[in-house]
Amino acid sequence: MTQQEALQEYLLRMADSGMILAQRLSELVGKAPALEEELASSNVALDLIGQARNWYEYAAELIDDGRDADKLVFLRDAHDYRNLLMVEQPNDDYAVTMARQFFFDVWHYFTLKALSNSKDERIATIAAKAVKEATYHLRRSSEWVKRMGDGTEESHRRIQDAFNLLWRFTGELITPDDIDHAMFEAGIGPDPQQLKQDWFGMVREVAAQATLAVGEEDAWMYMGGKTGEHTEHLGHILAVMQFLPRAYPDATTW
Amino acid sequence: MYAQMVDTGTKRLKTLEEMSPEERDFQEKIDAETKIEAKNWMPDAYRKTLVRQISQHAHSEIVGMLPEGNWVTRAPTLKRKLQLMAKIQDEAGHGLYLYSAMETLGADRDEEIQKLHDGKAKYSSIFNYPTLNWADMGAVGWLVDGAAIVNQVVLQRTSYGPYSRAMVRICKEESFHQRQGYQILLDMMREGTQEQKDMVQDAINRLWWPALMMFGPHDDESPNSQQSMVWKIKRKSNDELRQMFIDQTIPQLEFLGCTVPDPDLKWNEERGHYDFGEINWKEFYDVLKGNGPCNHERISTRRKAIDEGAWVREAAVAYAAKQKQRAAKAA
Amino acid sequence: MSEWVLYEVFVRSKHGLNHKHVGSVHAADNEMAMENARELYTRRSEGVSIWVVPSATITASASDEKEALFDPSEDKVYRHASFYKLPDEVGHM
Repeated sequence: MTQQEALQEYLLRMADSGMILAQRLSELVGKAPALEEELASSNVALDLIGQARNWYEYAAELIDDGRDADKLVFLRDAHDYRNLLMVEQPNDDYAVTMARQFFFDVWHYFTLKALSNSKDERIATIAAKAVKEATYHLRRSSEWVKRMGDGTEESHRRIQDAFNLLWRFTGELITPDDIDHAMFEAGIGPDPQQLKQDWFGMVREVAAQATLAVGEEDAWMYMGGKTGEHTEHLGHILAVMQFLPRAYPDATTW
Repeated sequence: MYAQMVDTGTKRLKTLEEMSPEERDFQEKIDAETKIEAKNWMPDAYRKTLVRQISQHAHSEIVGMLPEGNWVTRAPTLKRKLQLMAKIQDEAGHGLYLYSAMETLGADRDEEIQKLHDGKAKYSSIFNYPTLNWADMGAVGWLVDGAAIVNQVVLQRTSYGPYSRAMVRICKEESFHQRQGYQILLDMMREGTQEQKDMVQDAINRLWWPALMMFGPHDDESPNSQQSMVWKIKRKSNDELRQMFIDQTIPQLEFLGCTVPDPDLKWNEERGHYDFGEINWKEFYDVLKGNGPCNHERISTRRKAIDEGAWVREAAVAYAAKQKQRAAKAA
Repeated sequence: MSEWVLYEVFVRSKHGLNHKHVGSVHAADNEMAMENARELYTRRSEGVSIWVVPSATITASASDEKEALFDPSEDKVYRHASFYKLPDEVGHM
């Protein structure tokens, strides 16, 4: 794989992860547990789609085969998607939604922070804007994890269950593969060792305040999203999200 | 409108002579266009009418998120997804502004929402119609928000201060909603395939009459409306507003190159207005009574969200209490 | 319903301006009130600073007492800048 191909792949991972999480959040419109949460949850989704669009546009320029951001989103099948498995997991109850958000936000925040110092100026610019938004996302999801963990007996049980349920998808966030290593070595992506350390540090700190137990570092981990091998959920997400462009292939404008 | 039939609890209007000194003082303030504020004396019926109207208005914003939420997961481009989501988010915000105005009257948000979930409170009939194709997102923005704006612009001058200020804020934020909707339709009509153009016409066919119903019954059939006008809670009558809406909308319709399903619609040179056919009032009252296509789904979705979210809200309360205790101990 | 507490929200829209009352939010505690106020009242980046205050802690004058409370100061015109007529040459002050 050439350096540029690795970069394209890396950009798609950033773009797809944000996009698919936003799609999950958009399923919750009108269904949040409090009216105030409708606004907060949509804000996160709007931020993520905005960021994804920036990543897609950069990726599209590098791929340079005539596809634009919309075509990348609406006309690729599941095996071409490069998002983390974590973000495609269903909303289930709000504890699962929030635990998913929290695990992602910690990863996202530290990743963006590193990317804002990337040697690739385009990446650094996109990340510098995005990290401000991610800082707020992380604060919000951390607060909710603490409220649920140290709230009522029921909320504690639910968020602990959610942590347990989603733990197997956390490995993918912090286990580097060849592309992650290549990006780091080129001065583009974050230091995988540092990222892992930061991620665990923050997750353990918040979990402790929330009186929650976290899983083992060496627990079995479910991975594959970054290389296009997804859980069954992604196909269904895409079936909904891509419906119109697929059903009306002749339509060139919406 | 978003509040279509608000009961004022009055059968007949009082004359100034029949009023108590307080009532007369109050009415004179209203007549002098002095805004009524939360702490001012007000007739009980005025307060109750306002709570009913503002809560209906707020409920409509919140329930109104659902027909559009139905398509937000299927928006066909990134741009449309962002626009639609921002619009729906505004609706949640506007619902909250309105509940906030309502609470200045001493009403409780959670109690009023419970009434909605128990089927005891109304919201605009329009949101009980389904959104069946993507063009509905355009037609809802253009027609439904368009109708709402006609009403809300006038409501900025409503006599109750907090309601009026909420309307000012809402109108300012909503200006993009209608344009967003119209642009969806215009783009499809100008550059779309025949299938897309058919979608647009289909959406207008289904939503035209329900949009006109948003303004409520004829003036002579709404006695409550008269009291609301005297109190300047309402500033223009249902029929006046409906006519305004039609007059401004038909040229936009023609520009799209679409039609409305009303054979009686034509320009009346003498009146300087469009004439139009009679609304199916039986359908209007049926929907209002709960027998619209989506009444059941809308309310059960809202009820489910709030009921199943109870543990989340309780967790936050319990956590806040623990934090407070800890802070007190530490001090 | 147990539910959250009502907070009044004040937003400073620009540096140099006063905080202005914009409405209210519900929240379980001060931090959440701040988050919720930010989400609701500064969606279009209308603010540089927010205050949230539990509504129950506000003491308000009854507006009907307006005359008693505020009328006396109306004849203290010397408290208002327009009382002091300055020659045009002085310019804006």
